[in-house]
Amino acid sequence: MPSPLPRSVDDSVKLLRDGGYVADRSLATAVTLALKLERPLFLEGEAGVGKTEIAKVLAQTLGRRLIRLQCYEGLDVAAAVYEWNYARQMIEIRMAEADSTSRSSIEQEIFSERFLIRRPLLQALSPDPAGPPVLLIDELDRADEPFEAFLLETLSDWQVTIPEFGTVKAPAPPITVITSNRTREIHDALKRRCYYYWVDYPDAARELEILRVKAPDAPRRLSREVVGFVQKLRGEELFKLPGVAETIDWVKALVALDKIELDPETINDTLGAILKYQDDIAKIRGATAAQMLAQVRAELATAGA
Amino acid sequence: MTPPVDLAGADDGDGRLIANVVHFARILRGAGLPIGPGRSIEAVRALQAIGVLSRQDFYWTLHAVFVNRRDQHEVFDQAFNLFWRDPQILERLLSFLLPQALSPDGEKRQDGKEKLSRRLAEAFQAGHQHDRDRPKPLSNEEDEQQIDAVMTWSNREILQEKDFEQMSNAELAQAKLALARLKLPFNEMKTRRFRPSHRGARIDFRATLRAWARSGGNSASFARRVQRTRLPPLIVLCDVSGSMERYTRMFLHFLHALTNDRARVHVFLFGTRLTNITRALRHKDPDRALAKVAASVEDWAGGTRIGHCLAEFNLRWSRRVLGQNATVLLISDGLDRDAAVGLEDEVERLSKSCRRLIWLNPLLRFSGFEPKSSGARAILPFVDDFRPAHSLASLGSIADALSADVGATRRGYRWQSRATAATTQPG
Repeated sequence: MPSPLPRSVDDSVKLLRDGGYVADRSLATAVTLALKLERPLFLEGEAGVGKTEIAKVLAQTLGRRLIRLQCYEGLDVAAAVYEWNYARQMIEIRMAEADSTSRSSIEQEIFSERFLIRRPLLQALSPDPAGPPVLLIDELDRADEPFEAFLLETLSDWQVTIPEFGTVKAPAPPITVITSNRTREIHDALKRRCYYYWVDYPDAARELEILRVKAPDAPRRLSREVVGFVQKLRGEELFKLPGVAETIDWVKALVALDKIELDPETINDTLGAILKYQDDIAKIRGATAAQMLAQVRAELATAGA
Repeated sequence: MTPPVDLAGADDGDGRLIANVVHFARILRGAGLPIGPGRSIEAVRALQAIGVLSRQDFYWTLHAVFVNRRDQHEVFDQAFNLFWRDPQILERLLSFLLPQALSPDGEKRQDGKEKLSRRLAEAFQAGHQHDRDRPKPLSNEEDEQQIDAVMTWSNREILQEKDFEQMSNAELAQAKLALARLKLPFNEMKTRRFRPSHRGARIDFRATLRAWARSGGNSASFARRVQRTRLPPLIVLCDVSGSMERYTRMFLHFLHALTNDRARVHVFLFGTRLTNITRALRHKDPDRALAKVAASVEDWAGGTRIGHCLAEFNLRWSRRVLGQNATVLLISDGLDRDAAVGLEDEVERLSKSCRRLIWLNPLLRFSGFEPKSSGARAILPFVDDFRPAHSLASLGSIADALSADVGATRRGYRWQSRATAATTQPG
C-alpha cells in the first residue's frame, strides 16, 4: 500500500524505515524538504553508503514508478531524453512515396509521437497515474559537463524541448534524486537547484541497526563483532574504505559459512568481501586483523559488562 | 518563477526569525560560503515547510539549504553553534575580542543586530588574518642549505617563501608559441559525441530523415557524422625540490600557460609534501598567479619524498581528478630522499589509475644517460612515455621534449628492459 507524502521529518524517518532504510534524522530532514518543496535531492558520498538505495526505497514506499538514468561520459540527449525511430520513419517515407502523399504532410507525419522513443528523462516528465515518478540520476559525476548544463534547464523548469515536436512539460515535477561519487566536482549552478546532503559512513549503533534490518538471520554476536571490526577499518589509511554495502555483504557471507563469531582465520579468508584492493588486503590480513579483532572483543566485553 | 515568500506568515510576530536567518546567511557569506540573497529566501521557505520544532531539525534544514559541498560543513557547524546559541553571550564574548569595535557610545544599542552581524563577520576575518600573518619558520641556516641543493637532495624540509622574477614580454610570447607547438602523445581522445561531417563514416539518421522528409523522399543522399574529439584531462605532478630548483620557475610559467590554455588541467607541486596549486594558476596574469603559488607552497627547494607525495596523491586526489581517462605528466628527476622506499608501489598504483603516465626528466643532459638512481629505477617500469630533456633552457624546449615522437610504446615494456640493463651495469 503506497504511503502518502511525508508531512514532517518524523514521517520521513518512518517512511524510509518502512522501506528497510535506517536513516539519520539529518537525512530525513533533507528528504522531507525535497519532497515538500519539490526540489531535487543531491546526494554525495563514498561508494556503498546507500545513496542509490534512497531513491529505490522512496519509489517503493510511495508506490511510484522508479525511472533510473545511469550516467556515463558522453551521455547525450539521444540516450537520456528522446530519439526518433529512424527505421520506422524510413518505411513511412517509402510508403508515403508509393501513395504520393504531399511533402508537408510527410514531414508532419514522421515527426509525430508515434515515432518518438522516450528515454528516461522524457519518461519522468510524462504524466503517470500513480503520481509523479521517482527519477534517479545516478552517478552524475560520470557524465560530462555538457550534459550537466543540459540538466540545469530540465531540473528548474521540468520541461524539455524537442525541435520537431514541441515542448513537453511535466504536469508535476518528478521526485528527483541525484547521486554523485565525487570523482569530479559537480558545478555549483546545478547544486544550487537541489538540497545537498553528504551521506557519511554510519556510526556503530546505526550500522548495527542496518544489519538488523538487512541481515536479520545473522547471530547478534557476529553482527556486533563485524560492525566493530568495520568501524575500526574505517579508521585505517586504506585506499578504499568499506561501505555499508560491504558490511552487509560480509555478514551475509559469514552467515552462509555458518559462522557465529569472527576469528582471525575467517577474517583472512573472507577479507575480499569488504576490501577491494590487493594493497589494502595485504595491509590488513594476518597480524593487523587479529590485533583489531582482539581490540573489538575487548571493547565489546567492557560495553557488555 | 517561484512565488514570493509570505514573509509575514513565517514570522513569529516581530520579524526576528527572518532577520536572524538573513544575518546568519550574511555571516556564512563572510566566512567564504557562496551564498546569495536568494538562498536566505529559500532558507525561510524551507523552515516554513519543515515547521521547526527541534534544534536538530532547524540545524539540518539550514544545512540542506546553505551547504553544498562537503568541506563547507565545518564552517557551517561552527557558525551555527556560535550564532544560534545566544546572541547576547556572543556579543559579550566579542567585546573581549574586539574592544575597538565596541566604542563606549550608545550607538550599538540602537541597531544591535546590524552591528552584531558585522562584528561577527569581522571576527571571522580576524581569524583568517591571524593565520596568514603567522610568521613562517625561516632561518639563515636553511638558506645556506638551499645553495648547494642542486644535483643532490637535502635531508631537511625547507619551509620558505619563494620570490619569482616577473615574466618578461618576450617570455610570455615564447610561452604562447611553445604551447601552440605542444602536442602531447595521443593528444585528442574520441568522445561519444558527434558532429556533422561530409566525410564521416557514420550516418546521421536524424539529419538524413529530416532532409528526406523535406524533399518528400526524393533525396537519396545520407547526412554523415564523425565522433568529436576532446583533450583528456591532464594532471601534472611537478617536483619542486632542491635538485629541480633551476627549472622550477620555467616549469611554473609553462604550467600557468597550460592551465589557461585548455580545460581540465590540475597541477600539483611536491617536494616533501603535496600541494594543489590549480586554483592559484587559474589567474590570467602570470605574475599574480605565480605569487599566489609562491605563497601557497611551503616546501620550495627542500628535499624530495616522491613516494610519500605520490601516496598522498593516490589516497586523496586520484579518485577525484583521475576520472575520464586522465593523462598524468610527472615532472621529476627521480632523486628521492627516502631512497625510493615505497615508491614502486605508489607509481604502480598511479600508473594503473590513469590512462597514460608520462615522465619528463630534466636530469638527462647527456644523450647516453641511463637512469641509475633508485628512484628512477622504481618509476621507469610503470611509465608509458619517458621524456628525457637534454637541455631545458626555455619553454620551447619543454614543449619539444613533450611533443617528440617516440612512437607507440607498450606500457612499461620498452623501459623495463633499459632499467634492468641499468641495474646490471656496474657503477
